[in-house]
Amino acid sequence: MMARRSAPGPLEYLRRWPLRLWLAAVGIFLYAPLIALMVFSFNDSRRNVVWQGFTFKYYEKALNNASLIEAFVNSLTIAAVSTVLSLILGALAALALWRFRFPGKTGFDGALALPIVAPEICLGVAMLVFFAKVLPWPQDLPWPLNLGAIIIAHVSFCFPFVAVVVRGRLASFNRELEEAARDLGASEWRTLKDVILPHMAPSLVAGAFLAFTLSLDDFVITFFTSGPDTVTFPVKVYSMVRFSVTPEVNAASTILILVTVILTAAALKLQGDPASTEGGHAARDRNPKRH
Amino acid sequence: MSKPIITFENVTKRFGRMVAVDNVSLAIDEGEFFCLLGPSGCGKTTLLRMLAGFETPTEGRILIDGQDISTTPPNRRPVNMVFQSYAVFPHMSVADNVAYGLKIDRVPGAERDRRVQEALELVQLGGLGERKPDQLSGGQRQRVALARALVKRPRVLLLDEPLSALDAKLRDQMRTELCALQETVGITFIMVTHDQDEALAMASRCAVMNRGLLQQVATPNDLYEFPGSRFVADFIGSVNLFEGVLAVDEQDEAVIRSPELPTDIYLDHGVTGAKGTTVWAALRPEKIELHKYVPGQPPPVLDDSPAGANLVRGVIRHESYLGSESTYEVEIAGGRRVKVLRSNLTRWDQEDFALGEEVWLGWHACSPAVLLN
Repeated sequence: MMARRSAPGPLEYLRRWPLRLWLAAVGIFLYAPLIALMVFSFNDSRRNVVWQGFTFKYYEKALNNASLIEAFVNSLTIAAVSTVLSLILGALAALALWRFRFPGKTGFDGALALPIVAPEICLGVAMLVFFAKVLPWPQDLPWPLNLGAIIIAHVSFCFPFVAVVVRGRLASFNRELEEAARDLGASEWRTLKDVILPHMAPSLVAGAFLAFTLSLDDFVITFFTSGPDTVTFPVKVYSMVRFSVTPEVNAASTILILVTVILTAAALKLQGDPASTEGGHAARDRNPKRH
Repeated sequence: MSKPIITFENVTKRFGRMVAVDNVSLAIDEGEFFCLLGPSGCGKTTLLRMLAGFETPTEGRILIDGQDISTTPPNRRPVNMVFQSYAVFPHMSVADNVAYGLKIDRVPGAERDRRVQEALELVQLGGLGERKPDQLSGGQRQRVALARALVKRPRVLLLDEPLSALDAKLRDQMRTELCALQETVGITFIMVTHDQDEALAMASRCAVMNRGLLQQVATPNDLYEFPGSRFVADFIGSVNLFEGVLAVDEQDEAVIRSPELPTDIYLDHGVTGAKGTTVWAALRPEKIELHKYVPGQPPPVLDDSPAGANLVRGVIRHESYLGSESTYEVEIAGGRRVKVLRSNLTRWDQEDFALGEEVWLGWHACSPAVLLN
């Protein structure tokens, strides 16, 4: 910084051209499509290829598209319900694996990872077969009960992610804290509530956001489990795109991106709160990536 | 100090095939500052954890105030513990940490606040109740752990290596403070430590353990001066051990002959062992005197030993100057090295001993401790 003309130091990667090129490539391939999508949502043209002028009309159109809104509400409902269920199941699974030794633990551990590693298309087909042959979800149920099959499918692939995140957090738990609570008179339940849960809290928040976003943008598995009355947002967008990519799709997608960005920012802020990341062990649990 | 507050009756604890605590029987009196001392893995922590209720004995019983509590869960025992990591709840303020046990006991708000404040003042944290644990130093966190345990007014306070995480200066200070605290509150303290200095300095009585077995239970003074076994003699402090045979054993004198020593070890008291048995003489480094060897001059005179006994010639091979004292390693005939400690009583006009210098080593007839095992 002080000597402008000096050769780049060993760690000053950004002053070397290969790294700059790399960075530019990342920027272009990762963000340019998203930005294009957002920009063209304001394009006053039916064709969506040439910029014609600025307009909000496709947002208006999207918001007035009853079936699109229905799909959006469906998606949010499914995401909310499966997040709550995944959170409970995932946290309990993590606690069981962390706390207890039981026969078949290794098998359970492996089985838990299966939905994470199994290709989504296989899960989707499996769900299709399951709900068609093994346990048909009753047709013609009133909303939101008609979403049950999708919710079950989403919970089954979301909760392992929650379990993994929560378990990572529990690994940093000092068992003496639990013993201290017991020693001071707390029952096992009280210890869970007063000491273990507060330690888990950041991972529960992270796990919840993870489950929510996974559920919200899932296409493949949902596609195989949804019926004509239970269209979710990604499935709806797909069906719209099959005819042509109109700015209406762009507008709807932009709204979804905004929702996701806001949620992620909220998650980061919550996790960045020092009160919820005691002992500094939480860092490794932040922003768990799906793949 | 009459009837025991805690009794271990033939307590054994096994983890799988490993025997952590092996048939330990022990009684601890009310008001004691009792130390469980031993190398790591000797079972002392397991013994403490059984007392706290985190482990249950495989065999035997543990009694507190005459009541069998062997299988009572930890939250229903009249004992509280200060953990090695202090285990201060990170998401609670200092005051909430201390109040936690009282909240569980449903102590009413006003009384709870008063007792929390009292406990905090007892450990000199009066003004820090609102702080969060991550704003405290290690020593302060330990005080929180102490206050949190003491506020419940337990019958017994358990301390698991409480000083091991502190730096040396603070450790010294906390030793004194813990002892003073114990006198103030008048509660029985049981402390686990692997640090023999700590145990000697703080305990009213110590139990030395090794490999799950209780080796000796005694006051610090007796442990040091009257060790019951080679393990204890060697574990507590520094010692020179000479294996030998009991050659004479009368009412008021005994002689041990050791192949490692060119001289007899003469004792002015009987040993009550069979003549000819193998025994060990334990001689502490500070109980050996160093004298100059001058060629042609007679050896120094020891007034309590017969001529020639308890006196051996050697060569200084190593010296460590430690400020308050110096330690020497002296090689005697046969190659054995003997550790000798000498206090640096004056600043400069004490006799000097140089490396390679020939010296006399002498000790009093009452100094060696005789060990039968």
